[in-house]
Amino acid sequence: MMQKLFFGLAFMLVFALSAIAQKVEILTFEQLAARMNSPKQEVVVYNFWATWCKPCVEEMPAFEKLASDYRTKGVAVVFVSMDFKSKHAKVVEFAAQKELQNEVVLLNAPDYNAWIDKVSPEWSGAIPATLVVKKTGKVRKFHEGSFTYEELEKFVKPLLK
Amino acid sequence: MKKVFFVLVIMALGMVAFAGVEVGDAAPDFKLKNIDGKTVGLSDYKDAKGVIVVFTCNHCPYAVLYEDRIIALSKKMKGLGFPVVAINPNDASKYPDDSFDGMVKRAEEKGFNFPYLHDESQAIAKAYGASKTPHVFLLAKGKDNKFSVAYIGAIDNDTENVSADTRTNYVEDAVTAVSAGKSPDPSTTKAIGCTIKWKKD
Repeated sequence: MMQKLFFGLAFMLVFALSAIAQKVEILTFEQLAARMNSPKQEVVVYNFWATWCKPCVEEMPAFEKLASDYRTKGVAVVFVSMDFKSKHAKVVEFAAQKELQNEVVLLNAPDYNAWIDKVSPEWSGAIPATLVVKKTGKVRKFHEGSFTYEELEKFVKPLLK
Repeated sequence: MKKVFFVLVIMALGMVAFAGVEVGDAAPDFKLKNIDGKTVGLSDYKDAKGVIVVFTCNHCPYAVLYEDRIIALSKKMKGLGFPVVAINPNDASKYPDDSFDGMVKRAEEKGFNFPYLHDESQAIAKAYGASKTPHVFLLAKGKDNKFSVAYIGAIDNDTENVSADTRTNYVEDAVTAVSAGKSPDPSTTKAIGCTIKWKKD
């Protein structure tokens, strides 16, 4: 009896954890670009980061807060990892450990020069970097460098009108 | 009226400093402290055909991935008249690995075969418009014996170091072009790197 209960609880625990953990989809640049060109939400904030990038990791809570504060207004956040495809497991583990609530994808596009300008000609390639895309009107805004929550909110808010 | 002109000049200078250099521009001169304590500047390269300036640092994983390739590049290009000069512009207060002592240590560990200069004031990184590490500026010496910028960007298109056989070696190709009296194509490239850690104003 006791043993069955234990197994049942263990099973539920494993199930609950796997439900929280993200699978972290691996995208080509073409797949990411297709998404950026037809966002499902009103405003989508794409944050380019990597597990090894300290300022990127430091600013992640600001993006999580923005998504939770502005979800009802149609704002979504996607964390686009620049980690190599070979580090996929590390990204999955990182997302689970930090309990990231917003979608994490891994961009598998190592020929950087072929696509960085397509995200924004203003981008030198330094991370963190953030692209905000509005559903209607194809409005885009780009920023290279870190954000505080206040700076991020100020950056995104004008697109919500 | 004089005052207005003066203000405009200052503003223009400010904008230029912020924007950095483009391909074709004159190379900003520098005099910076090397890991051996001596000062190194462009005037030390009177006999060179060009200089490969690499803004890099110790802590950035993508800069670290390129260390061995920068050593190989230095070995190969020195003979062709294009020596490598590495410059670390990062604010060490946030990243202690990037301090002058850290640079001396790293150069010793890896056996750097090129000068590794400390841009402590960050003025040279700003003058060039470097934004990340690693970030390369290939300088070519013209007929007037002055250096101008011939190429800006990445070392190659294979940051992870997957295959030396299939990658495009942007800097090597640019040096080959300059040596042949041609303009590099591409003359600018982009790659993911670590943001230069600027000092707070």
